[in-house]
Amino acid sequence: MTDLLWLIPFMPIAGFTVLVLAGSRLPRSVTGTIGTGTVGLSAVVSMLLAAGFGVKGDGYVVTQTLWQWLSVGDFSPRFSLYLDALSLVMVLVITCVGFLIHLYSIGFMKNEEGYSRFFAYMNLFVGSMLVLVLADNLVSLYLGWEGVGLCSYLLIGFWYRDSANGYAARKAFVITRVGDTALAVGLFLLFTNLGTLQIQELMQRAQAEWPAGSKIAVIAAALLLAGAIGKSAQLPLQTWLPDAMAGPTPVSALIHAATMVTAGVYLIARTHVLFTLAPPVQSAIAIIGAATLLLAGLSAFVQRDIKRVLAYSTISQIGYMFLALGVGAWSAALFHFMTHAFFKALLFLGAGAVILAMDHEHDIFKMGGLRSRMPVTFWTFLIGVASLSALPFVTSGFYSKDLILKLAWSSERGSVWLWAAGVAGAFITSLYAFRLLFVVFFGDRLTRAKSDPGISMTAPLVVLAALSVAAGLAALPEPASGRQAIQQFLSGVLPAAHIRDERTPELFLLLIASCASIGGMLAAWLLYVLFPRYAEGLVQTRAGRSVHRLLFTGWGFDRIYDRLFAGPFLWLTRINRDDFIDLVYEGAAWYSGVFHHLLGLTQTGKVRWYAFGIGLGAIITIGIAVFL
Amino acid sequence: MAPVPIEGVLVLAAVLFTLGFAGVLMRRNIIFILMSIEIMLNAAGLAFVVAGSKWGQPDGQVMFIFILVMAGAEVSVGLALVLRLFHRFRSLDADAAGRMKG
Repeated sequence: MTDLLWLIPFMPIAGFTVLVLAGSRLPRSVTGTIGTGTVGLSAVVSMLLAAGFGVKGDGYVVTQTLWQWLSVGDFSPRFSLYLDALSLVMVLVITCVGFLIHLYSIGFMKNEEGYSRFFAYMNLFVGSMLVLVLADNLVSLYLGWEGVGLCSYLLIGFWYRDSANGYAARKAFVITRVGDTALAVGLFLLFTNLGTLQIQELMQRAQAEWPAGSKIAVIAAALLLAGAIGKSAQLPLQTWLPDAMAGPTPVSALIHAATMVTAGVYLIARTHVLFTLAPPVQSAIAIIGAATLLLAGLSAFVQRDIKRVLAYSTISQIGYMFLALGVGAWSAALFHFMTHAFFKALLFLGAGAVILAMDHEHDIFKMGGLRSRMPVTFWTFLIGVASLSALPFVTSGFYSKDLILKLAWSSERGSVWLWAAGVAGAFITSLYAFRLLFVVFFGDRLTRAKSDPGISMTAPLVVLAALSVAAGLAALPEPASGRQAIQQFLSGVLPAAHIRDERTPELFLLLIASCASIGGMLAAWLLYVLFPRYAEGLVQTRAGRSVHRLLFTGWGFDRIYDRLFAGPFLWLTRINRDDFIDLVYEGAAWYSGVFHHLLGLTQTGKVRWYAFGIGLGAIITIGIAVFL
Repeated sequence: MAPVPIEGVLVLAAVLFTLGFAGVLMRRNIIFILMSIEIMLNAAGLAFVVAGSKWGQPDGQVMFIFILVMAGAEVSVGLALVLRLFHRFRSLDADAAGRMKG
């Protein structure tokens, strides 16, 4: 059965190939079936393999070598797949959530042009992501990494006739490229120093050869971190993600929930040995995560576009995962990745249903009172929002966030400040999440909304809502070790966090975190349901307006980058409009023209003049031969 | 017969060649130009012959026969061209042919 491993990435890529070659000639129903079915089959295969893990235990690993990729000197990477508990969690989430998003897209995209193109790109996206997480060596990981980047470009710019979408797509591509370049340099560095790119071997050699905190380990880890930051939209490379909302809503769900942005989290978890050897870099991860979750959370609070709220929320939630990675709580990061994949996909798909019902209206302040019109969407969205806000005990988001906060406090690398940032973030998260819910679904504003979409779109919502709640079961303590099930499951791959102090006031931390999320909900209730005028008034004051503008533009990062990079670059291109390198070639053309005219003067048509030329030439030639 | 002093003959050949070349450059009449070319050819032939006698080789005289043949051919073609030019321009001035642009 383990021989089936290759089918997991192969199925979506095969679907992509078929749709690209024949998609435009196939009827829509067939296109949708191929696109969705291939991802569904991958999901089935990964569940079969997961069953094997259930039987064999935690340290179980499935590998499959497909072919020798290339062979140059010492460098001969194989194309092989590697499935352990870590990649299994990723694969399950990617294929299952990916399948539900594909299913939803059948309904969502039904009236759009380029139906087969859409499914082809989506399949390639899922396929690349699967290559990324199943890669045995960093070269195939990089292949998947770039494939994901390419597909994000293609899908964000899916509605290419609007130039703003093309701009957003280019922005996503270029900014992630900054990180990708760092990652590539990191790979070169690892290969030249350790002589291999096989991940497992690499980690062993790094541990054996590099002392903790050595300079080379810090540089290598920092380069990998830069790659992860670019892909996962963390400070300071986060600006592409809010603009990536230009794509169709299922694309946003796929990019933000199951695939692309979590690639950075996966990369760090996969190479965690390297990061433990580089304590300064690990601290940097935690600080970046904490700063990102706060800044992005505050930005999410003031957005008007329903999808931009969710985009900033994604940046903020991945900030939590980075915080967890930074304090060494590897499995907590993975747990939050899993719950986040479920509830964020749910929220995006719910937002898509709302947008469709409102005839592509994105502004939440033009919505309102959708609760009664769209009951299914409302209830599932409520579950998603509750899970995002980590409402205690009933939602999975609560368990994963609580685990992160607890370890941010108690881990060896954690501190009170990181914990405090996390708790403040939890309050803000709850505030903006419920603001979104209240503004869109409550109130008595009259809107011309349609009712709930059809079954193919509501079914994924219901399933994802169920998963958002059920994923909390992974936090149940194992009877044997007393650790949470997800930690136990991943313990073969990811070591547990080192606890600084055994006497962690767990109950106290739990209470504070719960208060933060419930407080956020109540604050949103006060501001947006009971006294909506107060919030409006606050924004109208002078200070309120400038703060609002700062947050609304995402802390002005775009403007800073415009000034810092785009401005000087455009200035250079402007002064160099007539490319100065061209001068060399234009000069060559000018000189040959001049010589042409000079020589043309000698062509007089007079025989004696030519004879003189021949004689002179002969004398010069003979003179050179004789005297030199 | 006393051997001919080779230096003297070579100087003679050089003088003849220079005279011929000067004639080519200076005369305007195309017939005279052709005659000057003949003088240059014969100067070269003279140099070949004296060189052959110096080394006791027949090659110099063989070469001279070649030059004679070539000069005959050249004159026949050259005179034909001269006739055509004369028909065309009604003059034997070599520079008149410069009017044939292109």
